[in-house]
Order: sequence, then C-alpha cells, then structure tokens
Amino acid sequence: MSQYEVTFAGFGGQGVMVAGQLLSYTGIKQDKNVVWIPSYGPEMRGGTAYCTVVISDVRIGSPIISNPQGACVFNRPSFDKFSTKVKPGGLLLVNSSLIPATTDRTDITELLVPANAIAMEAGSVKAVNVVMLGAFVGATDVVDIKLVKAVLTEKLGHKKSMLDINLKVLDQSYKLAKQQLAQGQKV
Amino acid sequence: MAKILMKGNEAIAEAALRAGGNNYFCYPITPQSEVAEYLAKRMPEVGGVFLQAESEVAVGNMLFGAAASGKRVFTTSSSPGISLMQESISYIAGAQLPCVLLNIMRGGPGLGGILPAQSDYFQATKGGGHGDYRLLVLAPSTIQEAVDLTMLAFHLSDKYRNPVMLIGDGMIGQMMEPVEFPEKYVEDELPGKDDWALTGAKDREKRIVKSLFLDPLALEINNHELYKKYELMKQNEARYECYKISAKNKVLIVSYGTMARICQTVIDELESEGVSVGLFRPISLFPFPEKELRKEILKKNVGTVLTVEMSMGQMVEDVEKVAAGAKPVKFFGRTGGIVPSPDEVKENIKEMIRQDAAPAKRTRKGK
Amino acid sequence: MANQATTIFTRPESLNEVVTHYCPGCTHGIIHRLVAESLDELQLRDKTVGVAPVGCSVLIYNYFNCDFLEAPHGRAPALATGFKRLRPDMIVFTYQGDGDLASIGMGEIVHAANRGEKITVIFVNNAIYGMTGGQMAPTTLPGQITTTSPAGRDTASAGHPIRMSELLATLRTPSYIERVSVHSPQHIIQAKRAIKKAFTYQSQDRCFSLVEVVSTCPTNWGMSPTDSTKWLEDNLLAYYKLGLYSEPDDEEDS
Repeated sequence: MSQYEVTFAGFGGQGVMVAGQLLSYTGIKQDKNVVWIPSYGPEMRGGTAYCTVVISDVRIGSPIISNPQGACVFNRPSFDKFSTKVKPGGLLLVNSSLIPATTDRTDITELLVPANAIAMEAGSVKAVNVVMLGAFVGATDVVDIKLVKAVLTEKLGHKKSMLDINLKVLDQSYKLAKQQLAQGQKV
Repeated sequence: MAKILMKGNEAIAEAALRAGGNNYFCYPITPQSEVAEYLAKRMPEVGGVFLQAESEVAVGNMLFGAAASGKRVFTTSSSPGISLMQESISYIAGAQLPCVLLNIMRGGPGLGGILPAQSDYFQATKGGGHGDYRLLVLAPSTIQEAVDLTMLAFHLSDKYRNPVMLIGDGMIGQMMEPVEFPEKYVEDELPGKDDWALTGAKDREKRIVKSLFLDPLALEINNHELYKKYELMKQNEARYECYKISAKNKVLIVSYGTMARICQTVIDELESEGVSVGLFRPISLFPFPEKELRKEILKKNVGTVLTVEMSMGQMVEDVEKVAAGAKPVKFFGRTGGIVPSPDEVKENIKEMIRQDAAPAKRTRKGK
Repeated sequence: MANQATTIFTRPESLNEVVTHYCPGCTHGIIHRLVAESLDELQLRDKTVGVAPVGCSVLIYNYFNCDFLEAPHGRAPALATGFKRLRPDMIVFTYQGDGDLASIGMGEIVHAANRGEKITVIFVNNAIYGMTGGQMAPTTLPGQITTTSPAGRDTASAGHPIRMSELLATLRTPSYIERVSVHSPQHIIQAKRAIKKAFTYQSQDRCFSLVEVVSTCPTNWGMSPTDSTKWLEDNLLAYYKLGLYSEPDDEEDS
C-alpha cells in the first residue's frame, strides 16, 4: 500500500468523525502520513456527517477524495450517498443493523456488519463507531490492530468501563471481518 | 516533540501562542471559529489576553490599539469578517505597526457561502483597504506549513513593522494532519521596539502613533518609506516551492494552498500516464516570487503555463504579468466553495495539451 | 518679603506650548486644560496614552505632552480597549466628539462601557459635526438648523437626539458617568471635578468612566461665542440635563 483513502459516514452522534480520528492517530503511530478531512458546512446540521481519512507512505497531495478505496456507512442516507462512490476493487462496510440493503455492485467487496447489535450487546451503542473501525481494519489491515488498541487506551484510559467495551467490540468486529473475507461472503 | 494530530484552526492557534502571540481579539465566523474556541481555553493558561469583541470592525481596531503597545497581537477571521477589518488594516499599515491576521477564506462575494475558496487573493495582495500600502501575505498548503508560517508571520511582522496576513482556504482550517511544534521557537534577532512602542512619556519625548499626514508632501514621503519596506520584502521574503519541475515538463502549473496539493496529485497521475507537468507553488503571495517564476516560465520546454485557483481567476493576473507574453498563460478554476477534484483538473490539462498540439489553434497568449 | 513672587497659575505639564487650531470661542481649549490639569495633579502624565478621534480634536496629539494614538473615526474606544488590556498598568483615555462617539462609534462606545473597560472617555457634545462643516449630528436638537438639515432637524425622519449619558447609564456594568458643561467658571470647576474623578477611578482600576461635556460651536452654529453660550443654556441644557448618571457604587439590583 502506498496510499489508502476511506470515508466514514453516518448521522450525528454515531461517532463517524471520531472513528476517522482514531484511525488517523493510529496512522501517525505507524509513521504514516495522514490527513483527516471532515465534511463541514450545512451538512453538519442533520443529514449525513462524514469524514475521509487518507493514510499514505508518501507525501499526500489532494485532500479532496471523490472516490475513496473504502467506505464505512453507518446509516441509510450514507449508504445511498457513498456506496456508488467506492473505487472499483474497493471495500464497502455496511452497518447492517440500520441498513436493510446491499448494492448490486460486483466490482467491490461488500461486508455487512451488524454494528449497532454488536455495540449494544457489549454494553453501549456508543461503541458503534469502534465496531465499524475494527471491521475496517480487519478487512484491510491498513494499520496494525494492536496500535488501534493502544490509541483507544490512550484516548479512553480514564473511562475504564467504556474502554473495555470498545476494546471488546474492536476485537470482535476485526475477527468478524476476517471471517467474512475468508468465507468470501457477500451476505 | 512527537507529532500530534491537529485541526488546522487549532494548530494555527497553538503555533501563534508558541511564537509569543499572546494577545488575541476575535469575532466568531465560520469556518475558523475553532481558533477562538481553542484560544478561549488556552489563553488563560499562558496568561495572555483573549477578547471576543462586538464586531470585526472593533476587532481590527483593538488590534491597532494593542499593537501600539509593542506586544505581539493577532486575530483570525474569514472573508466577510476580513472585509470589515480593512479599515483598521489600512490604518495599522499606515501607522507601521506589526500584527498578524489569518483569513480562512470562504466563497464570496457578499455573504457568499461557508465552503473553501481562494477568492480573497486580490483583497489580501493588492490592498483591500484604502491607500498606498501592502501586506506581507503567506499561503500554507499543509497544516504543518500553516504552523511554520504562523510562527514566521510574527517574526516578519516585527521585522518590517507591517501587518502580515496568512490566507488559507476553508480546508486548511478544517482538516487534520499530524504536526510537530518546535521545542522552542527560535528566531533571528529583531530590532528593538523601544523607539516606537507607546509606554508612557517617562524620561523621554512623547510619542504619537498615527497615519494622519495633513501635509501632502509629508504623506508622500511617508508612503515612499512604506514602499522602501515593500521593496526589501521583495528582495528578502519571496517564498515558493517547486514540485516535479524538470526539463521534460510541457506544462507548468502555478497554484497555491490546498489547490496546489490537488495539482500535485494530478501531476503524479499524469506522470504515470506519460505526461510531464511541473508545479510552481508560491508560498508568499506578496511578495510574489516573480523572478523565480519567470525563470521557470522561460525554460524552453515549457509550452503553456496553467494557473489553477479556487476562484474566477485572481492570482492568474500576477502570473500573466510575470510571463509578460513570453508563454501563453491559461486558467482553470472553480469558485463559490467548490473544490476542483483532481480528475477535473487532469481533464482540463489533457484538453489543453490536445489543443496546443493542434497547430491551427496555437495561440501566443490568452486564458 | 513683600516682593517675593509665587507662581499660582501656569500651563500644565501635560500640555505642550503650542498654538491650537481651534476656532475663537471653541471650548476644546478649556476641556484640554481640564484633562491636562487632572493628569498633572494625579501624576499620571508619564504613564498615559491618549486616543485621538476623527473630528475637530483630531490633532489633540499635538497639544498634549503624553503618548498618543490616532484612531479611525469612532473607533477610539476599541483602540483604547486593545491597548489597556495589554497594559492595565497604564492610563488610557479617549477624547471624542458627538459625531465620532454617538454616530459612527456607537457600537464601540456601548460595548467598551458594557465590558467595563478601565478607560476614561471625554465626550464633547456640541450637537453638530464641526470639522466637516456643520452637518447634523445624532445629538442635534429637534428643529436645529445644520447644513444637512437646512429646514431644521425633522424628528420624523432623523429621530430624536441621542442622550448618550442616559443611554450608557442603563448598562448594568458598574461605571462612572457624569454630564457637565464649561460655559461658566462655576461649571468649569464642576467639570474639572468630574474629569479628575474619572481619572481617579481609572487609576484605582475601578470602572469605565465617561464625562460628557456639553459644549458650543460658534462657527457652525453661526453665532458669536456669547450668543452660543446663551443658546447652550437655553436649549442644549434643557435637553441634556447636567448631573451624575452613574457611580460605580450604585451596583444594580440583580
């Protein structure tokens, strides 16, 4: 990999911006070049919020990414907006708890992650963003999952119960993504 | 120091503090309000002055008053707010006081929009306010560069006793990148401020900080003095960066800020398609790196010069002036808050090359 | 011995020995002197910065013997704020006319007062624009003839004159606000007391202070200095009542 771009999209409160930032912090830990670009403006008020993260071994040029290699969509409007934008050969991670749909695309890998269900079962729906992040890292290995854990521990160390929940779901979804890929699943 | 991930607006705020910019006046405006929010927390920690004023008009004038004390002062705003400050900027330049201003540009004219733009180039580099004056204008293209240039801005402002303006489009304010702050801000020695700062007329003659010269001859002399400074800036402060400039370049792109980064991506992609394009990125917009750009434009292999901006075409006028008819200067831009994608810039370049290849359509000059 | 001479009256150290450009009968000279005497008596001159307005007193910096800043029209309170915030150990005063303060500078003065900036404002109100040649000011009286209200101020169109002291005294932030006049020796003594008090409050870091000096403009009113004084007494003082409008101690009820 010389450069990977991924968009996290959902509605306000689902932690999509934070998911992107956690990935960015991890990228820095791995000595990569990183850019985190938020959607801002009218889009911040209702509708979809999204951010794109670029992780690269080389100097990053354009921070404007029209067609990312990966997209993690947390809700239906984001699915509609971004499922068509993923680059051919890329990855689409769908929060299947809230999105009862799949694409017709055969040129991308599409994984279904019941992110809300996993987060709630672990004890907090707030962890939904980390579920998606774990699945993304599981599917791509763009960064080292151990370093994601280290970042989470740094950021959430003061809230032990939340940290435990997040570490748990991170592991769970990381493995789930690997499993699905191994089975060549498009569920 | 380790690299930390920071939003542009916050990184600039922190950089200012570390350069001794401990006095800040502001008024909220999207997309740069995070600077004020960040400093509202940080300023009390460093014992500095943070004041949210009633308007940008007041902000500019508070800056004027504060700068007369000789301490480092700054403000940040976005396009419509910067327009409101033009009155005081003209006075500050006229009174020869240092201060730093940041414009995180959004689309205009008028209330315009809140998305990224580069349409305040004229305002920043050609005056903005009334009278014969110039600002020193710097344009970062990464968050690290925004940090470095913010710190440099305070130094240059003191060095020339002139306002320095940083301009960045909304992306520079909003995106996050890893940044590293120097452990300690080291700068070259500066002339003292003892001969002009207002400190009270104790054991010395009184001092007046003013821009009023009712005698036309005195005003003319004053303006000549200002222009001597601007000439010095031209000699010493022209900054730029070249990217993939080589003897194979057919096209030379001139672009700054975020737009220049997008052009880098375009250049990389075109390179893999066998098309050689180079980038000249002005970092100082005033002084504009004229000599250096002229040298690149005159290179034999360069057929066309393409200026790419997030505006209807402003910097392109300076590029045309530098090219002075030696090569055709063309322009591509999007405006209103639309950031051109690498794909559309690339298509534009390819089309341009196709047209240039058609002998009948060859032009000496034109956009 | 009988022939020993004692100095009982001299030019204040805070004033320069220069000829001013003010018109005959103008009261700026008296007000300058009262400010200068106050600075001398309180020994503040060498740590004072004045802020000049735009208007007749724009060249005040030539007449005072202390550091000075010259502000854009109406913005003196913003400049004073900026300077004083960075140098709370110094004394900062603005000197503004009614066009400067009550028209173009309305925003700056209200907010400086509301923030309780520890500055002193000398507000000279003569109900007309002087330097630009006698145009209507926000303080011009109803029916008063000026070059831009040749038929007299029409309140249906221009509204009523603004009473700045009263307006600023409505703010909850503690302040010292007093309206005085300099049209008779007795009033000059009262004005001096108010100006000195304003600087005293500032030097004690107490509060925002403003002294409104109701004043004349014989040139643009088109009257002799003595007629101007009479007109001030009969008309201006009927509308702009002299007196104390705010003291820092009258903390408003919450």
